[in-house]
Amino acid sequence: MTDKVKGFSVYDSEDSPQRLKFYQTGTLTVGNRLLDAKLRTVQATKERANAITSGHRACQGCGEALGARYAVDAAMLACDGKLVATNATGCLEVFTTPYPETAWQLPWIHSLFGNTPAVATGMAAALKAKGQTDIRVLAQGGDGGTADIGFGCLSGMFERNDDVLYICYNNQAYMNTGVQRSSQTPGAARTATTMPVGPEPGNVFGTGKYLPAIAMAHEIPYVATASIHHLHDLEAKVHKAMSMRGARYIEILVTCPLGWGSAPADTIKVARLAVETGLWPLIEAEHGELTGSHQLERPRPVEDYLKLQRRFAHVFKPGNEWELDNLQALADRNIRRYGLK
Amino acid sequence: MLQQIEGSYAVAEAVAMCMPEVVAAYPITPQTHIVEHIGELVKAGKVGSCEYINVDSEFSAMSACIGSSVMGARTYTATASQGLLFMMEAVYNASGLGLPIVMTLGNRSIGAPINIWNDHTDALAARDSGWIQLFVETNQQAVDVHIQAFKLAEAISLPVMVCMDGFVLTHAYERIDMPDKSQVESFLPPFVPKQKLDPDQPVSIGAMVGPEAFTEVRYLAHHKQLEALEIIDDIGEEFAELFGRSSGGLVSCFDCGDADTIVIAAGSVVGTIKSVIKDMRDEGHSIGVVSIRSMRPFPRFKLAKVLQKAKRVIVFEKAFSVGVGGVLALDVQWALHNYSLPLYSVIGGLGGRSITRASLRKLFDKGLRDQLPQTHFLDLDIDAVNRELARERSGDRSGPAAENIVRDLGVVSAAKTS
Ligand SMILES: Cc1ncc(C[n+]2csc(CCOP(=O)(O)OP(=O)(O)O)c2C)c(N)n1
Ligand code: SF4
Ligand SMILES: [Mg+2]
Repeated sequence: MTDKVKGFSVYDSEDSPQRLKFYQTGTLTVGNRLLDAKLRTVQATKERANAITSGHRACQGCGEALGARYAVDAAMLACDGKLVATNATGCLEVFTTPYPETAWQLPWIHSLFGNTPAVATGMAAALKAKGQTDIRVLAQGGDGGTADIGFGCLSGMFERNDDVLYICYNNQAYMNTGVQRSSQTPGAARTATTMPVGPEPGNVFGTGKYLPAIAMAHEIPYVATASIHHLHDLEAKVHKAMSMRGARYIEILVTCPLGWGSAPADTIKVARLAVETGLWPLIEAEHGELTGSHQLERPRPVEDYLKLQRRFAHVFKPGNEWELDNLQALADRNIRRYGLK
Repeated sequence: MLQQIEGSYAVAEAVAMCMPEVVAAYPITPQTHIVEHIGELVKAGKVGSCEYINVDSEFSAMSACIGSSVMGARTYTATASQGLLFMMEAVYNASGLGLPIVMTLGNRSIGAPINIWNDHTDALAARDSGWIQLFVETNQQAVDVHIQAFKLAEAISLPVMVCMDGFVLTHAYERIDMPDKSQVESFLPPFVPKQKLDPDQPVSIGAMVGPEAFTEVRYLAHHKQLEALEIIDDIGEEFAELFGRSSGGLVSCFDCGDADTIVIAAGSVVGTIKSVIKDMRDEGHSIGVVSIRSMRPFPRFKLAKVLQKAKRVIVFEKAFSVGVGGVLALDVQWALHNYSLPLYSVIGGLGGRSITRASLRKLFDKGLRDQLPQTHFLDLDIDAVNRELARERSGDRSGPAAENIVRDLGVVSAAKTS
């Protein structure tokens, strides 16, 4: 592989070099079918656990459903199916249940909205006490459950380095309760509590938090970000996380057609553009040190990403150019900060 | 073996003998000595392979207990007061999920105003949570009831809260007959969970239940608590047989077989009440006391049986429902709804105020003559309250009411830790 993707876990392994580089025209992505066989993402194989089976109630084009399905299956594969999972209240919990139906094919518990990291702590402690550390613990939550209401528990779990893989499905708002702002909602975005009215339409700038950096500050063994447009990378990161012990954190940006006002058919495209504009950097870090970042062949202007989503419609209105500039500045800063180019 | 030992230490030792596999706790006065000592025992390797988790809050403590218990591990925590309120969402969740966690509550008041001393406001704030709530009068009972609590919780798959008075018990050095570990082992069978997360038999736990089945699921919890009314007594008797002393059960009665006046109370204050009653008996008064050991489930029928021949009932409690009055009093009244007995509700000992033998004696003398109001606050300085009301009515910015009252009463604060 070229130096463009160096340090990036998918391509790291010596025995699976991708010698040829084929880009799709337009999107500049490496097509799945053009990859070496063992680098390809495969939808259905015998080995696949299908831990979140079909029939659940997610919206059409839900990025969270896709992200969770690939992440959980990758985790299942990495530990030979010896996985127990916990889940915060939120879309994923709601659309995979209610009783008597469940999409979960692995042992799964939902306790509360804000306590998932601590529930996972307890699960890991019990397994350790019982000497069953071959069984691994997966915790999952949305951006709200993770960055806001569960933040204290999450920080505690990180700080104690509890043996838990925590995956945050970030759709940048409280979707389950009807698209309200979270601390991961980007500037300018319209939500039900940040309406595009007044002098600063949408979510105000200069607020919010980038949780992966906070996770890194805890110096836990592994932190990564991922995107549902690059499932192979997502799987590789889950695999890498599962090869380690202690607290590990992966945050996946997941398109939400309902909350973002994007077409269900554009879910992958929107996710790809979030990465290719620099608004969602794909990074990896170990013990607080950045170890890899996905290089942008040719960063795209943020407009390309924003115009596909009605939550940003107002930034294209006359007088709101400054919001567009702010968003471009954020992307540029990410590119500098995480060395994306 | 008899030992002169602090209540908290004794409880920690007793819990350790029950061999919990996970302990997750967050410090709060007056619970600290319990968890410190358990932490030490775990660290020293005296509790098998037990994991002690230094969590970041009580909310995390109870949540970690949920995670641990659902993996099939015997799980313990302890808290008090603000800590119980901070974990409350998870407290309800643990019982809703039917997880047999055992928790010690070192009873303490709830702020504001912040106050570290004993009353029962914390326990009663959780009375509807679905947890079994057992109260103890002495540290001997505290030790014994914890051992029974694990057996009870695991038998019916519900969490159990053992309520012991903060400071009065937690920090008191007393002579305690400490059980042998081997005795505890023969009394307490290994934990066989009714549900757990197991990769070999995957289940989904904690999913949503709609109106179609919610009533039935909740009724089941109620039903189990009603069943516990028998099991608590059975386990108490079994314990008494094996350990040679009785310290469990739903209620315990002192001098109430023939008593005209029966006092009802819970926790360590029962000891003080007993000593007043002894004197009164010596003087020929017909009075006795019932100690409520199980607050939830509430032993309604058993209590009615004990009380049915009495002429009056005085319910003494260290908590109240603001805007109503006594809480325990309401439960007792419900137990007595088939009998027309006068019931006096007395609230006292709030925020650690001493409950003296002299005030109790005065109270009971008045009760015997039916001279008590329906609701009475023991040793309340109503004039101080009226003076503050006057300040507030004066039209000026009267400031923090709590500070005004403390200044008005001219007391010097004794608070050191919280
Ligand atoms: C203590 C508590 N507060 C609020 C809620 C309501 N609530 C449930 S899910 C949710 C939002 C979830 O947002 P997020 O975590 O981002 O997940 P998403 O649904 O977006 O995937 C909220 C506010 C709750 N269940 N519990
Ligand atoms: S609201 Fe968004 S996150 Fe929730 S199910 Fe629909 S698309 Fe998925
Ligand atoms: Mg969300």
